[in-house]
Amino acid sequence: MGFDWTLFFESLGPIALAGLRGTVPLALSSFALGLALAVVVALMRISRSKVLSGVARVYVSAIRGTPLLVQLFVIFYGLPSVGVTLDPWPSAIIAFSLNVGGYAAEVVRAAILSVPKGQWEAGYTVGMSRTLTLRRLILPQAARVSVPPLSNTFISLVKDTSLASLILVSEAFKEAQNIAAFSQKFMVVYLAAALVYWVFCTVLSAGQNQLEKRLDRYVAH
Amino acid sequence: MSPTDAPLGDPAGHQPEHHAGHHAAGAGAPLLAVTGLQKSFGDHQVLRSIDLSVAPGEVLALIGPSGSGKTTALRCLNGLEQPDAGRVEFDGGPAVDFSPATPRRERDSLRRRSAMVFQQHNLFPHMTVLQNVIEGPVQVQKRSRTEAVSDATRLLERVGLGGKHDAYPHELSGGQQQRVGIVRALALKPSLLLFDEPTSALDPELVGDVLSVIKELAQEGWTMVLVTHELAFAREVADEVVFMDGGVVVERGHPDQVLRAPREERTRRFVHRLLNPF
Repeated sequence: MGFDWTLFFESLGPIALAGLRGTVPLALSSFALGLALAVVVALMRISRSKVLSGVARVYVSAIRGTPLLVQLFVIFYGLPSVGVTLDPWPSAIIAFSLNVGGYAAEVVRAAILSVPKGQWEAGYTVGMSRTLTLRRLILPQAARVSVPPLSNTFISLVKDTSLASLILVSEAFKEAQNIAAFSQKFMVVYLAAALVYWVFCTVLSAGQNQLEKRLDRYVAH
Repeated sequence: MSPTDAPLGDPAGHQPEHHAGHHAAGAGAPLLAVTGLQKSFGDHQVLRSIDLSVAPGEVLALIGPSGSGKTTALRCLNGLEQPDAGRVEFDGGPAVDFSPATPRRERDSLRRRSAMVFQQHNLFPHMTVLQNVIEGPVQVQKRSRTEAVSDATRLLERVGLGGKHDAYPHELSGGQQQRVGIVRALALKPSLLLFDEPTSALDPELVGDVLSVIKELAQEGWTMVLVTHELAFAREVADEVVFMDGGVVVERGHPDQVLRAPREERTRRFVHRLLNPF
């Protein structure tokens, strides 16, 4: 029995469509929320307050020290037992945002710390407060430094969203599972799913390169 | 004075005066008076009770070997370091008496009177030359953008960077970057300019450009404190030279005296070493 190319090509369409309808919005919204969270957590980590930095440290440690699948299950299957029942989509967005927040916080923190001390001093010497220096000088420079590692976080996230199929979110991999269950041709369908993810990630990587090239123009060498 | 031959900036603390020679240090009320300044980093006492006084329009050069505390003293004047003890007083402003408990706000108030030019220029790499210069006036001093831009334009013109408004710092030479650093300080309209070894990080052929700008500022009557290793330059522009070593002022006086006929053995050795490096 040969490889069922017909099914392979027929599966690509529905899987890619589910990807555009499920995977992409899930990844984009989780990344946006996660990144906002990451900036807050990174600022807490570097703040002078021991309480704030302690809370941030525990959060980052817990996120990075537990499997994403477990985080997803705690929110979707665990929370109902304490009276919080969430639909698949909100559960997935919350879990992925919290996860991205934990990883990206370390990226953002490292990027902030990579800005030379002289930039803080130059800000102070023109009369800026710590907050204004951070906003006008440090964060814009840190943003540039963090584009490559954050792009990697985003690409990982795109692939990780396949886990959402396990809490019944209809995205690319869930669609592949449906087709596979129906046709019983697992190799063919899952390879088609792999190809769809591969194409998505290749496009994203190309976008990342473009973005880095553009930002590079302004960065001191 | 017509706009075309306007000075590099308007020293805010006083009228520009074109003083021909060196004028007597400490004549009249000083613009800046520092007494008993002390600073330690851990166990290392970097400043052991420093006194400084700068008259309006005066140029004070701080010289001394590496680790003598001269840069730390300068940074204290801009609130970049918090002194452990001592008093810093600007003419017309409240004195700041330092202790480890002095609130940050009080320390930071010193920055309203002085502006700093760094050894490593510390320009903002993500901003154009013009944005670098107007950042403080617009964001901090809340001056109108139009006014800040026209000031910046005039100042950049005067230091020979008229065509560089939209360049990014990394597109400039070291000497041009440092001149932007000077203009960024001038744009704040401070009453005192602080220079921390402004030419030490420059290639030798670029030093002259920057020194000539500083010299012009001195001639226009700006009050300045200058940490430098350029003894010949200090002799030319400074009204008073202060030699520091080991966190104390060893000798101070007229540049000709301190640099040509030092009274103290330590000063003599330092000056000799700098003038005869081989």
